[in-house]
Amino acid sequence: MSSAAYRRVIEAITRVRGVRGAMLVAAADGLIVADALMEGVRGNAVAALAASLVKRVGNASEASGVGRPHFVQLRGTEGMLLTLPTGEELLLVAVADPDVNVGLVRLEMLRAAEGLA
Amino acid sequence: MVDDLHALRAELARDPESLVFLRLGEMLRVAGEPDAAARVTLDGLHRHPHLADAHDLYARILADVGDLERAGDEWSTALSLAPRHGGAHKGLGFLAFRQRDFEAALEHLELALASDPSDPTVVQALHTVRQAFEDRMAAPPASAAMGAARQAFGGLEGAEDGLLLVDPQGLVMAGRIAVGGVDQGEIVAAYLAGASQEAARTARLIGLGDWTAILAEGPAGHVHIAPPTPAALLLVRRDRSVPPGRLQIVAERAADAARSWLEEAAR
Repeated sequence: MSSAAYRRVIEAITRVRGVRGAMLVAAADGLIVADALMEGVRGNAVAALAASLVKRVGNASEASGVGRPHFVQLRGTEGMLLTLPTGEELLLVAVADPDVNVGLVRLEMLRAAEGLA
Repeated sequence: MVDDLHALRAELARDPESLVFLRLGEMLRVAGEPDAAARVTLDGLHRHPHLADAHDLYARILADVGDLERAGDEWSTALSLAPRHGGAHKGLGFLAFRQRDFEAALEHLELALASDPSDPTVVQALHTVRQAFEDRMAAPPASAAMGAARQAFGGLEGAEDGLLLVDPQGLVMAGRIAVGGVDQGEIVAAYLAGASQEAARTARLIGLGDWTAILAEGPAGHVHIAPPTPAALLLVRRDRSVPPGRLQIVAERAADAARSWLEEAAR
């Protein structure tokens, strides 16, 4: 799939009100594969930090007996980071406002993941 | 050395856009002049904000003066610009080890070694971290944790299993997480060491404010991780019969109980 095709798939996520941007990231090293971000969102930082955080949370989650997470949210006072692995190698990432409809974003991320499969 | 400093300063004065600021900043840092080193490096960073080496240098200057939090931010920025940057991995490995987050320390140091296999300081650091990690994994589970859990979470749903309170160094303070009847609390706690700092850094660097919670949904259940106080981390695990929204409520109640227990223990 080309970069433009990846971008088209993830752009659907950014149409949800309150989503500041979405990207597809290489899970192993946190490099951006494709992105659709609002101005001011630091794509490189989001990609690297999201990949690292998901790996750490994944280890704790597996040790807790619930298995490798298929959806991870980091909630902050001024926003949230939502991630969804797509296969072994890629991670779908969205940055959103704190009051975003998480269920809707999650749905769009699942649809995007299907589109990427 | 003084001659070298003069020469580098002169070269930088002739061409302020030059990357010679990296050598000058490093030389000043090694000479024990952190303020001068920081000035030179920040000026260079202003001109070259996407240069990973400059963020790494500034991080080391900050670490020298004890500002480890900002050093961590700078190394994270360096990695976001150059994911295989050996210096940044070495620095973050050092920070992770200080926080007793041995798994993250090992990961960063192994990547640092891959970047420069001849660096003896990384080889030695890896040896130290591996030994500390093995010692922790061999430690017997804290039998007092269950008693503490009854005090901290008594009356709460899942007080006997599924709530774990850990300190920033990854040690269990109260609670139990059993998998197949075997308590995995020590292992989960070890994985959580440094998670609070990483979540805080991630939230800060990407504009999410202060982090309040992490929710992870897995095939066999969900975990909710939150800091009831700045010096503690609470993990709540429930199976898939408990929806994430309900888990949030359970986690908030458990966090209130943990805060009260920690305040009581501090008296």
